[in-house]
This record gives sequence, structure tokens and C-alpha cells, in this order.
Amino acid sequence: MAFKNYVLVCGGTACQSSKSEEIYKNFISELEAAGIKEDVQVVKTGCFGFCEKGPIVKVLPDESFYVEVKPTDAKEIVAEHLVKGRQVKRLLYQGEETKKHAKVEDIAFYQKQFRIVLRNCGVINPEDINEYIARDGYAALEKVLFQMTPDEVIQELKVSGLRGRGGAGFPTWLKWNFTKQVNDSPKYIVCNADEGDPGAYMDRSTLEGDPHSILEAMTIAGKTIGSNKGYIYIRAEYPLAIHRLEVAIKQARELGLLGKDILGSGFDFDIEIRLGAGAFVCGEETALLASIEGERGMPKPRPPFPAVKGLWKKPTVINNVETWANIPVIILRGGAWFANIGTEKSKGTKVFALTGKIRNSGLVEVPMGTTLREIIYDIGGGIINGKKFKAVQTGGPSGGVITADYLDTPIDYENLQKLGSIMGSGGMIVMDEDDCMVDIAKFYLGFTVDESCGKCAPCRVGGRQLLNYLDKISKGKATRDDLAKMKQIGAAMKRASLCGLGQTAPNPVLSTLTYFEKEYLAHVDDRTCPAGKCKDLITYSILPEKCIGCGLCARRCPVSCITGEKRQPHVIDQSACIKCGECYSVCKFGAVMRK
Amino acid sequence: MNAKTINIKVNGMPFFVHEGTTVLEAAKLVNVKIPTLCYHPDLPAWAACGICVVKVEGSPKMFRACSTPVEDGMSIITHDPEIVEVRRTVIELILSTHPNDCLQCLRNQNCELQRLAAEFGIREMPFEYNINRIPVDDSTTSLVLNPEKCVKCGRCVKVCQEMQNVWAIEFLGRGESTRIAPAGDVLLAESPCIKCGQCSAHCPVGAIYEKDETQKVWKALQDPTKHCVVQIAPAVRVALGEAFGLEPGTLVTNKAYAALRRLGFKGIFDTNFGADLTIMEEGSEFVERFVHGKGELPLITSCCPAWVDYLEKYYHDLIPLFSTAKSPQAMVGALSKTYYADKSGIDCKNIFMVSIMPCTAKKYEIVRSESMYSSGCQDIDVSITTRELSRMIKSAGIDFLSLPDEDADAPLGIYTGAGTIFGATGGVMEAALRTAYFLVTGQELKNVDLTDVRGIEGIKEARIRMAGKEVRVAVAHQMGNIEKVLDLVREAKAKGKELPWHFIEVMACRGGCIGGGGQPYGATDEIRKKRLAGIYKDDTLSKIRCSHQNPAIKQLYAEFLGKPLSHKSHELLHTKYTPRPLYTR
Repeated sequence: MAFKNYVLVCGGTACQSSKSEEIYKNFISELEAAGIKEDVQVVKTGCFGFCEKGPIVKVLPDESFYVEVKPTDAKEIVAEHLVKGRQVKRLLYQGEETKKHAKVEDIAFYQKQFRIVLRNCGVINPEDINEYIARDGYAALEKVLFQMTPDEVIQELKVSGLRGRGGAGFPTWLKWNFTKQVNDSPKYIVCNADEGDPGAYMDRSTLEGDPHSILEAMTIAGKTIGSNKGYIYIRAEYPLAIHRLEVAIKQARELGLLGKDILGSGFDFDIEIRLGAGAFVCGEETALLASIEGERGMPKPRPPFPAVKGLWKKPTVINNVETWANIPVIILRGGAWFANIGTEKSKGTKVFALTGKIRNSGLVEVPMGTTLREIIYDIGGGIINGKKFKAVQTGGPSGGVITADYLDTPIDYENLQKLGSIMGSGGMIVMDEDDCMVDIAKFYLGFTVDESCGKCAPCRVGGRQLLNYLDKISKGKATRDDLAKMKQIGAAMKRASLCGLGQTAPNPVLSTLTYFEKEYLAHVDDRTCPAGKCKDLITYSILPEKCIGCGLCARRCPVSCITGEKRQPHVIDQSACIKCGECYSVCKFGAVMRK
Repeated sequence: MNAKTINIKVNGMPFFVHEGTTVLEAAKLVNVKIPTLCYHPDLPAWAACGICVVKVEGSPKMFRACSTPVEDGMSIITHDPEIVEVRRTVIELILSTHPNDCLQCLRNQNCELQRLAAEFGIREMPFEYNINRIPVDDSTTSLVLNPEKCVKCGRCVKVCQEMQNVWAIEFLGRGESTRIAPAGDVLLAESPCIKCGQCSAHCPVGAIYEKDETQKVWKALQDPTKHCVVQIAPAVRVALGEAFGLEPGTLVTNKAYAALRRLGFKGIFDTNFGADLTIMEEGSEFVERFVHGKGELPLITSCCPAWVDYLEKYYHDLIPLFSTAKSPQAMVGALSKTYYADKSGIDCKNIFMVSIMPCTAKKYEIVRSESMYSSGCQDIDVSITTRELSRMIKSAGIDFLSLPDEDADAPLGIYTGAGTIFGATGGVMEAALRTAYFLVTGQELKNVDLTDVRGIEGIKEARIRMAGKEVRVAVAHQMGNIEKVLDLVREAKAKGKELPWHFIEVMACRGGCIGGGGQPYGATDEIRKKRLAGIYKDDTLSKIRCSHQNPAIKQLYAEFLGKPLSHKSHELLHTKYTPRPLYTR
């Protein structure tokens, strides 16, 4: 190592919003003030994944893992750790059980992870192409350009068993091969970076932490199928990812890794970034292509498939970010190596954005076949506040819920589908006993109703009707007949919608109806919400015998509808109560009752 | 094309079809009807409604029949309980967003959604109504857009953009707020809309339709101070019968005259007379430009008001190429309030002129410029479409099919075969060449059937020799086909090259006026071809087939106008054009 120490500051969006940029700057100035800036290199990396504990700062070579670092902490870390060689104990991550300071490899959050896609995230400075190259970056491209034939590349992909990570799981080699075989030109390569599931940020983090892996993979695809032009379609709400892509493209062009005659091979390839306006439906490939062409983002019937008639009616390979990120590794380490990871039909790893009622929320990459239990309990550390696990939602608004009964199911495409959910792009939201399944279904369906493009009737009208029924249920106004109608509409949407958005939109409703029918019936028959979420079905009242009149609830009530004398039982004015539940959660004496 | 033949099954029945056939088309071949709503044979499948879903053996999915091509060995199931249930649910969902006012709707008994609901036996609405209340746009002279009734099939948008290349309307909003409106949410009258009405002719429901002006006509007919006269356009006579159950293309000219007389019109005129007159003026104009070099070439026809509007908006640099001759409708209008008024001794203020047109843009033409008031009054008071006339006949209790054949009134009702073919694409050109040949050479054309310019082909060309010179002509119809022709003209002019053509005929609607935006619903190429055949039948049945031989025209020039392009002709029968912005807001 050229430097005595390296300070890796997480530069992912989540840590940046917790002031990691300021931490980074403070390190630079503190090192200068301490006179050791020649000995220490500060690197702004991509996401470490352990977002729950961010901002994260890692010091090398001793692998000190500092968590929840504040900008003011930079001074202490410099003075103690970097000058005197003493770790700042109070900032080091402590294991949940061991209560001991842990190195990265000992942290439970990382132990079961296996990083292919995220291999460089949190390790390199994404804005320095040399760091990417130092970690075998662009070596796969070199291999493809000089040592492999296009057919060998496709063969390697076939052996690897890689399937599309955007949701449907279509074999990647087949897609490439179809496009390669079409006798038409020009051909196009497209990266779908229109990640939009609520709670999902896998692709964003990959682009922010390792943009060159995408550029390299797209160039490999260009060489393989005979294309000289690639587009990255990314939503404008991802400014940091866009910035890093722009920097990466510029640097790659400067080094001759993009543009004319790449590495002297005679092969030309360049990449353009196209910004999306954030319509969820533009993640659907035909709508995405329409949007790149400047049309309104509306799906079109397939066939023709993009492989035959894609962008500007020309053969197009379109893969999502995570799929692309796997490609260079497969080329370098071989398809067989990749195929060793995972299950029989689902190879490699999958990145999940683990969020919700989970202790260690963050970005995790696990081999296919890992069980939900391992992810939620071993990596995620279980449910917050010791509450009871109720369900986990996968696949975002296109997916469904999976209950405790199925926690030991190994995750792969087929298994999740069998359970009424889907792999999706990798959103994973954990729910506990306080979550109402009607409310959850309403949330997801509200999202798809908002995001429906409006083209096809089953999605446009069916979604709205379903949402209205859910609303009726949550207000205690629905009947069992309504539940039957919901199933009827859901079936029609699944069968008759044009694109994946509409076909999968009823999944959150149908899967909660399947697994939590009792909870629905409680809303319908008994007009109650067992989880206490549906405001129209609950009332908060204060039990006079338990209330000591401390006044905390009255002070916290946002609408000031709780009154009472000091040390006297308080009363809630039901006509003004908005049922936010604040009183219920702040009362230390169990005096607020929810019914 | 040498399409490969492949083997498929529909509901277990094996048969051969050409590769590239869609499931929908294939099923039709074996008389299996798959229900559709958004699909229209004029347009590439947009696959919006989801009603035409079918199953393919071996696949867990359902496919849209309209957009799925057949594959070798494919076994298609078009009807089973699950498919029918899905289709029915989709129809019920669409109905839940549709106002339940069929009895008051213009499309009552002529609505594709109503027909579907009937076919599926929908007797109750299982879902709650959820209707987007959006105001009606009746800003244009010709069309009314009622977004509340829109089923978002997208036909109008695709017609306007892809067939017509006008781009007046677009999808706005998304999800359940999706609606059809001009870009930027301006009014139709403020948009590039050319009023061709193809949107209305393709709309499956009552969401976009002609501005109904039958009440104005009824009122005038009942007004004792009004002397009501009427003219009927060439294309009406081959389509009006469809509204009364006749085959498309059936000639009902004389029954239409009889019906109009029974409605109370005092003078029954024919726009075909005006067409013959247009040929005299426009043909003479061509001779002036082509033989005498007075004015620019190519001469471009101007009898289609939607086309006039399009040129004024999109190609105003080409205005000098436009024939200044008014359309046949406008000529009959001007003459009815001058020539006819003089002859019959009625003040033009008391004459109420109604035109029956296959067209919605004609409603715009009658007020488009001050030259439409050449008689000193508004030359034409109301223009109604074929559809509106059929409704008037029905509501008057006239048993159309039993009417006797009657004749129009002379002289404004006398026409030749050349006049009648104005209703067909290529017809204006053919009629003009028949007369131009005579005007240039002084001799009659031996074979007046100029078949090169006939037919449904989008752009047609022909060459004809006149007095040692070759005349090159082009015919384009369906607005989207015009760009190619005009771009070549522009290019030749810009580069000072030889002009590709000397004379160009343009009609905005596919097939010409017989496929007009105001014609009975349901036009497809199959129907258009039948209507075209009807028009040419009228031509061949005519004793006189050249405009310059029309005795009534000769009499008109002798008694009233003098000669073609005379001062009086210019006053009454010619107009001017002006550049117009695409958007006025």
C-alpha cells in the first residue's frame, strides 16, 4: 500500500443524506491540520449496504468499521486512530449478541452475504476508473475483445445460468442470442435503470458504487451481438447515480474504453444516458423504449419482442442494472463458477433492499437459495422492538406477501412465484404484528393505480375498482360479496392486462386475501381491524383507572383533543381525534386503549 | 408477397393460414368471431382494451388476438368459460367508467360498446360507477369531443397521428385520469385539428362526433318565410343506403332526392353540378398555368376543406400552388343565392341553403373565409353530414326504402359522370383531365376511363399526352400520404429541378369523400371499395361523362357567368388562402 491508512467514507445516497459528504470534507481538513495528509487517503465509496447504521466509515488496513459517524467525529478519528493508532471504541460497530467490537467479516449482517454485484460497492472510489481497473475492471472486456468469439461469450452466459434480475427471470443468454441472430442493423444495447419499486434501491446503489461495471458489461454485449450504441435509461430522481455514470463514461472515453476503436480492437461502442421522468411503467421494456424514442411511455404488445424490433424498431438487448453487473464477473471467472452458486434453476446471487420493521435494514446480496429466515433473522437481525414477524413482502407492487409458515423456503424465481409473490427487482419489506394487511394491500395498489399508464382497460379501471373496494373494507363498509368481486377483478386484470404492471398489480391484494383471509373477514364481518391500523375501525380511549394524569398524551396529541386536570384521568374528544395513535404509543401506563 | 403457409387450429379445427396473420384474422377465416373494442382494421393493433384475449394451448397466459401473430402448430382457444368471464369482467369494468345514458346518446343503437354489452348479456352493473367528469369540447365548427364517454381505445389518436399525420389529439394524463385532448390541453379549435372527422368515424362510442346541426335544419324547414333548398354531395349517394340496411355502394341518388323533397326542401340540387362547374374553372386554371405559363405549377386541387386547412397550417409556403376554385359545395351555395335566386325571384336572404356532405370539415368550409359570403348572404346556411341526414329521415318517419325514384331540380341538379366521381380518390383528377384534354386540344378524349388514378392505393400517378406535351399527375388521399408528395415538390422547387408532377389531387380521407368523416359508421377498406364501385357505376351509367358537355353548365355560362375565369366567376366561384398557425393559444 502506498498510503499508511485508507479512510473509506460511504458516499451512497442514504449516507449522503446523513451528511457523509461533510464527514468526507472534515476528514480532508482534519488530516491536513494534523499534518498527515500524505499518509492517509480518504476515499468516497459507494454504498456499504449496512444503511441502518450509516453513515459508515471504514479505516484500512485494520478494517475498523465505524458506524453512525457524525461530521464532528472526523476530528477524533484522525487524532486518535490515524495519529495515535488507537481505535475510537465508541464509534465501532458492536455485535448484537457479542457486544464486542467487530471487524467487517465478523459482522452478522455481512456473514451470510456473497457479493458479486456489489463487489466494488464500499470498496472503491466510483469516480476513479483506476480503482475499478485495479480490481480487474475492464479485464473481462479485454478478454471478450481479444480472446473470445461472440458465440463463446453467449456459451459462457448459457453455462452460467444467469437470468434477468429485473423481475421476470428470462435467461440472459437467450435474449442476447435472439438479438444476435436477427439479421438487421443497427442494433442497440439498453440498460434499464428505471428502478421504481417502493423501498427498492439496489440498482441505484450499484450505479452509485460501481458505475464502470455497467459500462463494461454493456460494451461486452455490444461486441457480442454486434451493436455500437448503448443507452442507459435512468430516472432523473437519481442525481448521484447519473453524476457518477457521467463521470464514468467520460473517464472510459478518455482511456479508450468507450468510443472508437476500443483498446485498438477496431470495435466501436458508445453509451448515452437518457433521463426518465420517473413514471414507474417506464420500467416495462416496451414503454421504456418508447420513452427513449421521445414517445409517451406506454407499453406495446409483444411480439414483436425488443430482441427483434426494439429501439427504433431495431434489434435491442435490454437488461436491468443488476443483470449487467453480473456479466464481467461471469466472463472473468467463468460460467461454471457462477453456476455453482445458487439453486438448480436460479444461479448466482440476488441483491435485496431489506427494509420495513427490521433491525438491520440495508442492501444485502445473498446466494440464490438462501432462505427468507436467514435474510430476515441472521442478516437482518430480526424484527424491531422484539415484535412478532407477520409477513415479508417481496417484488414490490407486483409481488405478494409471504407468511411465517414459508420462512424456510429457499429463495429463487420459481419458489417465490409458487407462493403468490415474485422475485421482482429485489424489494423486501418486513412487516410485524402492527401492520394491517388490508392497509398494506391498499398502499401497494394505490401505488399502481397512480402509476398505471392508462392504456389498457383492465389495469386502468380494474385497479381503481379494487382500490375502492379496499377502501370500503378499511372503513368497515364492505360485504363478502365485495370480496368475491375483488377476486373477479383481480383475475381479469391478471389475464387481460397488456403489460407486467397490470398483470401483477392485483398480486398484493390477492396474496393478502389468500394468506390473511381472516384479517379481511374481521374487517368485513366484525368491522374491526385486528392490527389497529384502519382508522375508521378503531377508537382510542383512556382508561380512567389506569391514567395517572401525567399529561404526556395531551402534550403529544397533534390536534390537542386530549384534556384533563393534572394528576386526574384525561379524556379524548372523539369528535376531534384523528386516530394517529400517538397517545397510545407514548403512554407508559397502558392507560390508552385501542379498540 | 409469397407468404409461407402454416398449419394452425382454432377451437380444435385445423386449417392453413398465411404466416403473419393475426389470431383475430385467422379466427375470422373460419367464421369465429372474437369480440373486440379498440381494434380497427384501418390501424395497427394498439392492444388497449383487453377484450380479445384468447388462450393458446400449452401456455398459461392469455394473448390478445388482435396483435398476436399465428405460429406454426398453434392451437388457439377462442371461447371457454374462463375466457368469457375475463372478457365480460373487462367490459363491465369499462362500463363502470361510462355514463349510463344510452337512450340520450347520439350513438344509441350504433355503438360498439353497447353492442358488446348486449352480446355478453350484461343485465346489471356489478361495480360502482366511476366516471371522469371532464367538460365537453365543442369549440370547433365540426366536431364535439365528450371525454366522459371515451373508452380510451386510442383509435382517434392513432387515426389523427398515424393515418392523418395531423397530431391534433394526444393522450393526456395517466392512469384513471388518462384522457384524449389536444396537446397542452388547448381546445380543439386552438389545435392543429383540420376537422376531417376521421376521429369521429372511427370512434366506437359517442366520445367524439360530428356537431349535430339537424335542429337548425328542422327549424328552417318549419319557418314559412324560408325557402329551403338543398344540395347533396357525390359520396352521399353511395353510403346513405347503409343507414337503412342496404349494401355499401348501393346508389340511392333518386331516393335521396325524394326523401329531401318529403322533408320539405323546395329546391333539390346536386353538388355534382358544382363539381362539373369546379372542373370548368379549375380545368381552365390548369390550362392557364400549364399551357400559358400564367401561375405556378404544379396545380393542387382545393375542393377538400380539411386538406385546405392542413395546407394553410402545415404547408403555407405552397399556397400559390393551390387552385383558387372553390369547392363544388361552395359553388352550388353561391349560385343558389345568386343565379337561382335571380331565376326564381327570391331574395337570397330568404333562401336557406343546406348541404348534405360526407364530411365534417364542410361545416367549417361554409364559414372559413369572407369568400363564403359571395352572394351577399352566407352562401350555405348549414352543412350536415350523411349521418345527420339519415337520422333526419328516420325521425321524419320516412320509409326510405319504399320511396319512389325522383329527379333533382334543374338547372342546379343536372350533372355528368365527371361530377359524380368527385366523391372518389382520383375522381377530381380524372374529371379534370377529361375536360382539360378538351380545353387544350379542342378534341374529346377517346377513352374517358383513366383507371391509373383510381383505387385505394395511397399515392397514384399517371401520365397523359396533350398536344404533344406530357402531363404528369399525382393523386394522394388519407392526409398522412400527402407529406411524401409535397416534400418531393418542395425539393424540386428548392433545387430548381424538373417538377415531378404538373397537377396534384389531394383528399384528406382514405378513399376520398366516400370514406369521409361524416359517412355512416364502420368504413373499412372493404366497404370503401364497394362505395368506390358505386361511384364509378354512377359515372358509367351517365349519358354525359365530361363536365364541359353538361348542358346546364353551358347554359349557366351563357346566361350568367360568361366564361370560365371571368370576372363574375372570380367573384362568386374563387377564393383565397391564408397561412394559419398550428396553435392559436
